[in-house]
Amino acid sequence: MAGFEIITNNLPVFAVVVPLIAGFLTPIVGWIDRRLPWYWVMLAMFVVLLITLSNLVTVINSGTIHYKLGGWDPPFGIEYVIDLLNGFVCLIIAFIGFMVSIYSVESVKKEVPGKTTQFYSVFLLLITGLMGMTITGDIFNFYVFLEISSLTAYALIAMGDRGDGVVASFNYLIMGTVAASFILLGIGYLYAVTGTLNMADMQNLLPSIYESKVVLAALAFFMAGFSIKVGLFPLHAWLPDAYTHAPSTASALIAGLMTKVGVYAMIRFMFCVFTPAFVIDVNMTEILTWAAALAIIVGSVLAIAQSDIKRMLAYSSISQIGYILLGFGLVNVIGITGGLLHIMNHALMKCALFLVAGAVFYKTDIRNIYQFQGLGKKMPVTTTVFLIAALSMIGVPGTVGFTSKWYLALGSIVADQWIFVAVILVSSLLNIVYFWRIFDNIWFGHPHEIENIKRDEAPLTMLIPMVILAILCVYFGFFSGYPIEHIFEPLAKTLLGLGGVP
Amino acid sequence: MTGIIDVVYAEYNYWIYVTLMMIGFYAMIAKKNLIKKVIGANIFQTAIFLFYVSLADITGGTAPILVGGHGGEHVEHAADVIYTNPVPHCLILTAIVVSVSTTAVALALIIRIYNEYGSLDEDVILAARKSLQPEFSEYARQKEVIDDGGI
Repeated sequence: MAGFEIITNNLPVFAVVVPLIAGFLTPIVGWIDRRLPWYWVMLAMFVVLLITLSNLVTVINSGTIHYKLGGWDPPFGIEYVIDLLNGFVCLIIAFIGFMVSIYSVESVKKEVPGKTTQFYSVFLLLITGLMGMTITGDIFNFYVFLEISSLTAYALIAMGDRGDGVVASFNYLIMGTVAASFILLGIGYLYAVTGTLNMADMQNLLPSIYESKVVLAALAFFMAGFSIKVGLFPLHAWLPDAYTHAPSTASALIAGLMTKVGVYAMIRFMFCVFTPAFVIDVNMTEILTWAAALAIIVGSVLAIAQSDIKRMLAYSSISQIGYILLGFGLVNVIGITGGLLHIMNHALMKCALFLVAGAVFYKTDIRNIYQFQGLGKKMPVTTTVFLIAALSMIGVPGTVGFTSKWYLALGSIVADQWIFVAVILVSSLLNIVYFWRIFDNIWFGHPHEIENIKRDEAPLTMLIPMVILAILCVYFGFFSGYPIEHIFEPLAKTLLGLGGVP
Repeated sequence: MTGIIDVVYAEYNYWIYVTLMMIGFYAMIAKKNLIKKVIGANIFQTAIFLFYVSLADITGGTAPILVGGHGGEHVEHAADVIYTNPVPHCLILTAIVVSVSTTAVALALIIRIYNEYGSLDEDVILAARKSLQPEFSEYARQKEVIDDGGI
């Protein structure tokens, strides 16, 4: 069984290589038959899902995986490191990617007619980029994957609404180039003072030169770059347009994953390239918490002002990113546990909401929430999924949103920052305001207006992933004990350097 | 005054890269023409490449090829020769490829924007978006709903 051994020994790298090769083979598959790329993408995403699951299980059972690319030893060669943090982020990427790929078939056929093959090819390359960003242990390799994911995201967004999509994509490209250049500059500064590109090596070498202004400048460049990438409030300008005008499938994928991976990278650089003590020492975490608190409130307020459902969800994304970063800015175990939990929860909820928006658009061509009357009768399953995901977003007990908000509020209390508890509560109220307008329109229309509406549900390929995501929203709302105990809490302790699982 | 000139001259390569970077950054933010924005992005990235390349250089260093290693001669005092650092050059080769592909995507998007709006000026495009699509403005969107009787 020599062939089998090659596969098992190289599983970490296959998580990146499989979508890469599958992405480049997609045009050939599409050339054979135009309907095939969908099956091809589903197959590839399923394989990636299995690989990441196996990697995560290996990490939980036997500790961090170090994979040397080409057999070169770490400080000189590129190393792929999978620990609990990126093992679980990889699993989220693969899972959301798989769900979106199941959903995509009808939606892509309608929204990007004649370009399905190209769409799926770019889809897989985006997954490659995100996977690589997450899995790599080398900061320059990280930059290359960051650019792969950005370029493919520009292409996906440009396939959206005629005109608007292209302009949104161009604005994102300019902002994204600034962000990536800042990150490249930060990498250059760190390389200049340490002479290494390996993350673990760098963490060992940096503490002796923390007084150096160059290291501070590098940290500032990284934080500014990542803040643009995740759409932290004052730097969010590209995000609403990009999410609104992308094709529904691409919005779900980009909203669910791009910003999460950006947040992951921010955490990785803050806690695993620099040390938590240094980041706290230069007040970076405090700046981050206040920026996050501002993002939470402003994102929610702006979401209330929108009437396009996708634009509203985009602004809601800005405020949810605030929650995640608030948890990390608090730098205590409970806060970070909440932040990590919210990465998972937000990926599930936001993906479900964007999928619902896409399904409604597919059936009715409507994105304006004031035209949603009677939708509850027309598409009962879709709207129920919307209800569950939206309640979860508000943070009703019994859904995932509640658990992470609870942890975040507890973390704020432990950190003695009562004002952030108030911010979380106010934002939850604002969430009710903007989601209630939609509930109101969906279920409480005038009877004489909706009595003639017939049931006209979205196709099964769309319903299955949405329902699975909604079920998971509720499941993790009730049974989040296992992941918190075995993944998130040890992870939070490791990140803060308090021991626990390596 | 000589003090400042000395400071600038001692590390003039870094001053050049910072100046170029600011020029590029300014063009990306302030220019209204989309092509000029892309040119600004290119200047910005090129400045960073210059930073990396000048980082690698050592005074009196030679190209990182083994001295005397050519033609089967015996290599003597290989450790005494100062080599420049080849790693930043390799990194920058990759970054140049990335920059070229970003430019290609940007130009492709610009062609589509031009076909759609007939202009490359940001203000004209914004005005066109508002007039072409009434629903672009929030007020018009609400008004339309009321006119339709809420369907």
